[in-house]
Amino acid sequence: MQATKQEIIDKLRGELLTWEGFKPPQPGKNNHFGLGTLETAFPNGVFPTGAIHEFISSSPEDTAASGGFIAGLVQKLLSSGGACLWISYTRRIYPPALKLFGVDPDRVIFIDVPLQKDVLWVTEEALKCEGVATVICETKDLSFTESQRLQLAVEKSHVTGFVLRKDVRKMNTTACVARWQIRPVRSQLRMGMPGVGHPRWQVELLKVRNGKPGNWTVEWKRQSFQTIILPSIKEPARRYA
Amino acid sequence: MPKRFASIWFRHLLTDWKAIRQPGLKGKAYVFAEPDHGRMLITALTDAARQYGVTEGMTVADARVIAPDLQVFDGKPGHNLKLLTGLAEWCLRYTPLVQLDPPDGLLLDVTGCAHLKGGEKAYLQEIVSRLKALGYDVRPAIADTIGAAWGVARCATSGLVVPEGGHRNALMPLPPFALRLSMDQLLKLRNLGLHQISSFIHMPDTVIRRRFGKSMVLRLHQALGQEPEYLFPLKEPVSYTERLECLEPVKTRPAIEIALNNLLERLCKRLYGEGLGLRSAALTWYRVDGKNGNITIGTNHASNRVQHIFKLFFIKLDTVAPGLGIELFTLDALKTEPVSDKQSELWSAKSGADSEEVAELLDRVAGRIGNAAINRYLPGEHYWPERTPKPDISLKEKPGSEWRTDKPRPMQLLAHPEPIEAMALTPDYPPKLFIWKGVQHIIVGADGPERIEREWWLEPGEHRDYYIAEDEAGRRYWLYRSGHYNAANNQHWYLHGFFA
Repeated sequence: MQATKQEIIDKLRGELLTWEGFKPPQPGKNNHFGLGTLETAFPNGVFPTGAIHEFISSSPEDTAASGGFIAGLVQKLLSSGGACLWISYTRRIYPPALKLFGVDPDRVIFIDVPLQKDVLWVTEEALKCEGVATVICETKDLSFTESQRLQLAVEKSHVTGFVLRKDVRKMNTTACVARWQIRPVRSQLRMGMPGVGHPRWQVELLKVRNGKPGNWTVEWKRQSFQTIILPSIKEPARRYA
Repeated sequence: MPKRFASIWFRHLLTDWKAIRQPGLKGKAYVFAEPDHGRMLITALTDAARQYGVTEGMTVADARVIAPDLQVFDGKPGHNLKLLTGLAEWCLRYTPLVQLDPPDGLLLDVTGCAHLKGGEKAYLQEIVSRLKALGYDVRPAIADTIGAAWGVARCATSGLVVPEGGHRNALMPLPPFALRLSMDQLLKLRNLGLHQISSFIHMPDTVIRRRFGKSMVLRLHQALGQEPEYLFPLKEPVSYTERLECLEPVKTRPAIEIALNNLLERLCKRLYGEGLGLRSAALTWYRVDGKNGNITIGTNHASNRVQHIFKLFFIKLDTVAPGLGIELFTLDALKTEPVSDKQSELWSAKSGADSEEVAELLDRVAGRIGNAAINRYLPGEHYWPERTPKPDISLKEKPGSEWRTDKPRPMQLLAHPEPIEAMALTPDYPPKLFIWKGVQHIIVGADGPERIEREWWLEPGEHRDYYIAEDEAGRRYWLYRSGHYNAANNQHWYLHGFFA
C-alpha cells in the first residue's frame, strides 16, 4: 500500500512537470549535457535548455570562472548549429580563450552595448530570434519583471539564455529557471608537480525550479566537465617555492 | 516615348523672395545691389522700380536720382543659386529629374509625369499656382527640347505648352534671345536686322558658323532637337523608388505607418520579382509647408521582406515630424543587391540555424545602437595578446587560420593592464605575492614565464614575461613583468587577465 502511494505521487509529480513544460527524456535521444552527476539536480535529470539561467558573480575572478563554465555549456549547445550572441556593456571576455572550452570564437557575435538599459532590449530581441542557439548577457541588475520578460521570450523560441550578473549587490527574486554561483578553487596537479592545473570550480546551484540545489566541484579537463569527489582528508596547502 | 521638358522662369527671383520675407514691400520699388569696381550695381529689381526707368546694371547713385524713394538691399553673390536649389528640391514632387538653370530658372524632365496631374496644361497650371501661392512670379513652358522650352518660357506670351513636334513653329516668331546666345552674337544679329528667329533659321549652317561662330549653330540645333542635350539632375535618380501621395495631409502615427507599409509592399514586390533585396533605403516625406525630411536604414544582407524592413524603419519612426501634415512620401532603394536565399557559410546550418533571422536581428540591433556595437573576431596573425583577435566587419569572412590552443589564455583580459605591486625573490621566477587594489594575494602555484616580444615593426617598447599565477583561494591570474628582471627593484609588474 505504501509503495503504491509513493508511485501515485511520483506519477502526479511527473505530470506536473509535463504541464510546466518539462518534457520527460525521450529514450532514444542522448540528453546528457556532459555535466555528470550534476545533472541529477535538474527535473527529469535533464539540463533545462530553452530557459534562462542566472549566474551570480561578485568579483572579476568569479566572472572569469562563470565565463569558463558557460563557455563549456555553450560548446554543447552550439554543436547542433545556430549562432551565439555575447551581449555586454563592459566586455572583458577574451575571444581566443573560448577555443580552450571548445567554442569557436569566430562563431560568437559580441555585442557591446554602451547603455545598461539597451542590454536587456538587445537580449530580449536576441532571445526571440529562433536562429540563435544561445545568448549570454552580462548585466548588472535584473529585476523580477525583466527576468519574466526574458523567460517569456525563450518559452516561444527555445533559445537558451545565460544571464551573467556582475557585481551583484542584492540577490532579488527572478523568474530564471536556475541560479548558479561559480567560484574558482585551487587546481590540483599530480602529487609534487609545480604549476597550475586544469580550471577547477566550485559550482553552486543555489536555486533550480523543480530540482534539487546542490554543490559540486567541477574540473574542465579534456574538453569536458569532470565532477570531482574531493577526498575527505585534505592535503595541506603547499607554498610555492 | 518622346522627351518632354519644362522650363520654369522665375521672373523676379530675388525680389519675390524679399517680398515673402517682408510682406510690406509688395508692390514697392526696391532693388538689390552688389559692389563692383567700387560702385554699387543693381542686380535685381521690381517692376515698380523698372517703371521709374531703373534697369539692371545701373549704379545705385544714378538710380536714386531718377527714383528718390528707391529702397536698396545688399545682394549676396550666389544667393540666387541657394534659392534655386531649395526650389528645385521642392519641384522634386513633380518629377525626379530637376536641374538648376542659373541665374533664374529650373529645368524639369517631365517625360511621363504630366498625366499624373491630368495633362500638361493642368500640370503647368498647378506648378504656377502653387509657386504663386508661395509668392513667386513664374513663367513656365513645356516643349520637346530644353532649348525650345527655355526660349518659349522667356520670350513667348502665349502657347506655353508647345505640342509635340511643334517646337520649330513655336520658335519662329521669337527674338534671337530665345536661343540662349551670347551678348556678342545678339548684338551682331541686331545690327544685321535679324530680329526674329524665322529670319535666319533657314540659313545654311556654314554661313551661320562663319559669321556668328560654332556655338550659335549648336544652340540652334539644340533648340530644334537636332543635337542632343541632357539634364544633369540635382539628385541622382534611384532606379527603385515608390511614391505615395496622400489625398489629405497625414499627421498621425498610425497613418504614417500605413503609408510606410504600403510603400514597402510595393517596393518589395518589385524587388522580389527581380531577385533583388534592399541593402539601404530612405523614406522621405514632404510636408505641406514645403519642408521635408528623411530617415535612412541599412541592412547587413540584402532583404526584401516587408516585415523586417518595416521593423527597421519602425525603430526610427519617432524622428518623423509631420508638422501641419505630410502630403507625399517617397521610398528610395538606395542600394540593392541580389538576394541570396540562405547564408549558410557562417553558421554551418546543421539544424534550424536560420541565418537570415540572425542577420535580421543584427540589423535591428544596428538600427538601435549602431553598427559599431556588433563585433566578431577572427584569429589574427599576432603574438601580442591585444592583437590576437582580429576584428571582422563583414560577419561572413571565414577564419584564415586556426585558433591557437597550445598556450593558455585568460578568460577575461583587461583592456589596460593594471599595475600591481609584486614581490619576486629570484630572477625569472614568478612573484611570491602581489598586491592589487589593496588586497594581498599569496601565490601558491604558477606557470611561466612565457615571453612575448613586442612587435617592433608596429610599436616600440619592452617585452613582457607572462606568468599564470594561482593564489591561496584558487583564483588564477595572468601577470606579467615588463622588461627584464633587474635587481635595482624598479620592476614593473602588471595584472592583465583572469583565468577561468
